[in-house]
Amino acid sequence: MRHLKTALLFCAAFLAPMLSAGSHAEETVRIAFIEGLSGAFANVGEIGLRHYQLAAETVNARGGVLGGVKFEIVPFDHKTSPQEAQLVFKQAADQGIRYIAQGNGSSVALALSDAVAKHNERNPQKTVIFLNYAAVDPALTNDKCNYWHFRFDADADMKMQALTNYMAQLKGIRKIYLINQDYSFGQAVAKAARTMLAAKRPDIEIVGDDLHPLGKVKDFAPYVAKIKSSGADSVITGNWGNDLALLVKAGREAGLKADFYTYYTGAAGAVTAFGEAGAGHVKQVTTWHSNIGGKHAGEHNAEYRARFPDVSDDLYYSAIRESINALALAIEKAKSTDPGKVAAALENLVFEDDSGEVYMRADNHQLVQPLYISTLVKANGKNARFDVEKTGLGFRTDARIEGKDTVMPTTCKFQRP
Amino acid sequence: MEFFLITLLNSLSYGLLLFMLSSGLTLIFSMMGVLNFAHASFYMLGAYFAYQTGLYIGFWPALFLAPVLVGVLGAATERFGLRTVHKFGHVAELLFTFGLAYVVEEVVHLLWGRAPVDYRIPAELDFTLFTLYTTQYPAYRGFMMLVSVGMLLALYLLLTRTRIGLVIQASLSHPDMVQALGHNVPRVFMLVFAGGTALAGLAGVIGGNAFITEPGMATAVGSIVFVVVVFGGMGSLGGAFLASLIIGALQTFSVAFDYSMLDAWARLGIDVSPNSLWYGFWSITISQTGPVLPYLLMVLMLIVRPRGLMGTREG
Repeated sequence: MRHLKTALLFCAAFLAPMLSAGSHAEETVRIAFIEGLSGAFANVGEIGLRHYQLAAETVNARGGVLGGVKFEIVPFDHKTSPQEAQLVFKQAADQGIRYIAQGNGSSVALALSDAVAKHNERNPQKTVIFLNYAAVDPALTNDKCNYWHFRFDADADMKMQALTNYMAQLKGIRKIYLINQDYSFGQAVAKAARTMLAAKRPDIEIVGDDLHPLGKVKDFAPYVAKIKSSGADSVITGNWGNDLALLVKAGREAGLKADFYTYYTGAAGAVTAFGEAGAGHVKQVTTWHSNIGGKHAGEHNAEYRARFPDVSDDLYYSAIRESINALALAIEKAKSTDPGKVAAALENLVFEDDSGEVYMRADNHQLVQPLYISTLVKANGKNARFDVEKTGLGFRTDARIEGKDTVMPTTCKFQRP
Repeated sequence: MEFFLITLLNSLSYGLLLFMLSSGLTLIFSMMGVLNFAHASFYMLGAYFAYQTGLYIGFWPALFLAPVLVGVLGAATERFGLRTVHKFGHVAELLFTFGLAYVVEEVVHLLWGRAPVDYRIPAELDFTLFTLYTTQYPAYRGFMMLVSVGMLLALYLLLTRTRIGLVIQASLSHPDMVQALGHNVPRVFMLVFAGGTALAGLAGVIGGNAFITEPGMATAVGSIVFVVVVFGGMGSLGGAFLASLIIGALQTFSVAFDYSMLDAWARLGIDVSPNSLWYGFWSITISQTGPVLPYLLMVLMLIVRPRGLMGTREG
């Protein structure tokens, strides 16, 4: 008798989500936000979740899509593990969710992209679209590309291209130290930096190239001592989350004077860790920051702060807003919420974001948009109006690279369904 | 030279923190024969308690209050948990502490969330202690070392120079005799457990803001603490001290070396190109293997000398 009861309970637990799935599908488009919501990168995951909630609420507030269909964000935790991500993707798909969004961890994105491709092959009636807002390993839109994956952030090579073009003009740079996380993205950054610098400024010496375990190092003091002893005047790092904040904190404590060229300073505590010591010494390459000018950047920043007054972080990911807006537009264009039709509508989609006109490449599903190189400076009311994390420090644009100049050749050859 | 000295200082401060953590574990093991899997959880609780109480009473009172709170929790764990489980043998005790570690982690998730909390170094200690050549040495690291050394000294004096220390040492080897002499041995056990966890709590208070206070911090140090205790010899305080410093130095200095097997081959005159067999393996540098080295050391130690550096029991 007891066994029967347990068995019934199990069945109920598995069936419940399936039963509820059917009834929702009519009124809402559910987007599974699959992200590391526990562990070393939980804070970054939570920032992304807030961005998605705000973006979805904005679309819903203006009446949703197709005259009343609303967006709903459903969070799932992948624990920054590719295996775990594939499991929770299965859960999301079983619940009838047809859109997933992820960004933190290219290793996770590669696993998810693979899982989505396999799922769609086996279930052509229940295809799923993968909206990637931050996983920038170039492989995702090159060798390992997949028709159902759309990336809204610029990839590591595009960003490194912009960064090295800019650095090549700075004659003061003699010695560069590379420090990155030991996984697909960090390795891609290190490799791109090496090859591009060698081509553009062969006189620059690369005095160090470190890969450290992802999210495991709590004390970066030994790495900082190494950077110091190498005599580097500049550091290039793709680190994000606590891996960046702790690196920077250790650097500041030891009085490291090198300039930092980063991908992700604007997010998750790094600016707080730099503090005043970082002013003028920290640069980042991004698709957006709150001081890019134009009509909307400041407004969007203020909206985020008004919506989440209790947190110290700020609007950072333009790719999240872009992915939701693009999805809304594509659904309107396809006149359907079916991912099969929406995916076709997303290709070559042209739309406006804060930085101007952007479009989705059809050959590898990479969004083409302007890039900005900016320096962390004291907020001054003029070209650095808004600060970050309430530190009194904000980003000032040094260079804007037009979308067409960021386009890279691709090796992608995906099969269209 | 600058690099060597700074790295030496860094390894010392890290090693001493490791010692603070492992001293409690080894003390508990030598007393009660219990391998406390939840030890690192008490370290985490120390950090969170200090963060939470520090919001109201400031860092300095929290520095004392948080370890006391952790010690009280430790005492309760022993009195109402371990003592009951004890009669079912060591496996039950082991499983109990193992489960406890998970419970603590989930409770921390519930109370403080999954993201790191903003537990900062107090402003009074946020300055540069001295400048060595061109590198600044933060005062807080000096403070960490001071606390660890002070604790080591206090512990040594307590165990060798006081009455309670004598009773503890006696109950270590001859519990029945001590009991017969009229001492309350179970209470001594409880005190030792409380003391051991309070030490872990203290390590959490000063380690939490030096590094980062998040729910994963227990798992991050949990395994390394065991390496220290096994390597140093189960139950040996001196061994734990030595092992902490060795492992601290090993992890800190390994970061510095970019040598890989490729260099060894090159020295032998063998050219290995990226297309060669096992290139990925040959090109792994010592700095990349840094995180694994302590475990390798532990395995080697268990093979060569199972009782550890200064251990007295057979492993």
